Amino acid sequence: MRRRAPKLGRGVALVGAGMSKFGAFADKSSRDLFVEAFNTMAHSVDKGIDTKDIEALYVGNFSSDLFEGQGHIAPIMADWVGLVPRPATRIEDACAASGVAIREGVIAIASGLYDIVLVSGVEKMTNLPTERVTDTLAAASDAIYEASCGFTFPALYAAMATAYMAKYGAGVEHFMKVGIKNHNNGALNPKAQFNKSIKDLMNSRIEKAKQKGEPVPGWRDELDFLNDPKANPVVAWPMRLFDCSPITDGAACLLLVAEDLARSFSNNPIYIIGTGQGSDHALHEREDLTSILAARTAAREAYDMAGVKPEDIQIAEVHDCFTIAELVAIEDLGFFEPGEAFKATEQGLTALDGAKPINTSGGLKSKGHPVGASGAGQAVEIWCQMRGEAGPRQVPGKDIRLALTHNVGATGGTCAVHIYQRR
Amino acid sequence: MTEEREINSASFYQFLAEKKLMASRCKKCQVLYLPPHPICAKCHGNDMEWVEMKGNGKLAAFTAIAVGPSCTLEEGYDRNNPYLVGVVELEEGPKVSGRIRGLDPKKPENIKVGTPLTVEFLEQGEGKRCFVAFKAR
Repeated sequence: MRRRAPKLGRGVALVGAGMSKFGAFADKSSRDLFVEAFNTMAHSVDKGIDTKDIEALYVGNFSSDLFEGQGHIAPIMADWVGLVPRPATRIEDACAASGVAIREGVIAIASGLYDIVLVSGVEKMTNLPTERVTDTLAAASDAIYEASCGFTFPALYAAMATAYMAKYGAGVEHFMKVGIKNHNNGALNPKAQFNKSIKDLMNSRIEKAKQKGEPVPGWRDELDFLNDPKANPVVAWPMRLFDCSPITDGAACLLLVAEDLARSFSNNPIYIIGTGQGSDHALHEREDLTSILAARTAAREAYDMAGVKPEDIQIAEVHDCFTIAELVAIEDLGFFEPGEAFKATEQGLTALDGAKPINTSGGLKSKGHPVGASGAGQAVEIWCQMRGEAGPRQVPGKDIRLALTHNVGATGGTCAVHIYQRR
Repeated sequence: MTEEREINSASFYQFLAEKKLMASRCKKCQVLYLPPHPICAKCHGNDMEWVEMKGNGKLAAFTAIAVGPSCTLEEGYDRNNPYLVGVVELEEGPKVSGRIRGLDPKKPENIKVGTPLTVEFLEQGEGKRCFVAFKAR
């Protein structure tokens, strides 16, 4: 169908990246989070950026309308960072909003229309009570044919998990091990919502019980803790609380420029050499319930454009909105064969010091998942890791030249994949 | 005259209220679509017809939901009283999302993918539309 291999009209570089702290901030609105991310981004540009040189903004956002009662947020974000009257465009592709915003920024530069663009994402979720957040997120599924019978967003991933268990023989503890790994990474990330390992969380609860003179829980280890329904209640079986990413406020900003300008902004620019995007049916229309066509499609496009293979990718930030989602992601991306991801995770291959570190930031699970900001947030981590600026969570012993982000909307209706290179 | 109804969600739910689970089918390719699609993804034609599904299938994926949307709180479900939903693969081939009944939502670890099921039509009360459910056979 495609007449020629996809390629960019000209090269695109990432020369600045920053995010707000992710978490729950009662007295911060979207625009406050956005300004925090914007200032952090501007500060990260080695040779400085006069922000009035930014020509256009792309803002990823899922549902400020429902979360905050604020629609049409792109011009407001532009205004609050002093960029009116430049074109400001909101992109809504559920949780893939800012992954797709990256792609739109890349396309805008590659086309020659702009030289300097701001790509961003923002979501302010914690104003609503949990059941209204559940309703809002469920709006990203098929309202007429999925949500109508009572499916929720966690439930759709839980259903994928039961299909995965039945097909490959994985157990609930395999999902828990994804969460343990990502919390171990998040514990080293000062911007993470939960910058604590599961072991630390467990120990602090034991400590609290002792201080209060309450019966001390007898958890033997993290898995024992996670198997305790009081400590880790079921949300949608087999997904429990610690299998689900949290409800988060946050923003992330990226500065993209034409490749020939990269060195005038940065001593160490990161080039975006592949972009891919795909779509998929609602879950019930998929031939295979354990894989996402949008992700496989996006990955193939990005790999082909970059001229690299899955095994060339050294680290990746993937969309672990639920623990099962990380297993599906690293199979769809070709890092592991179908049905092998849970074994690879158990063997530590995806840990910070493993052969293929996945979600060094802590992932959405531990870093937090402000849905419309998560895709841009992933690129912030890649920026830090590739430039050797990730501090205590810097991947050890790797000169990172090739990295990837994988950002999924809802249950996979959308996926955006990007490949990054340091030269 | 079923074939005169437009291929859309309003018709699908009208049929459901009449206790019929209906798919659309491309007259040219014979491909079945559930939910009913108005355009065939194979030939891109739009010469579609309605076909009634027998309603028999097997469980392809499922979950027991402890934290539901606000509408299920109104139905009386909560953390202590979970409900089951699933994706069911029909004998005719298409899969459909639905509420699952006749299996124990408090013991999801005992539920097996592959369990045979048959369609039911759940009324939600006055003024609300019926939705798809399946019961263990």
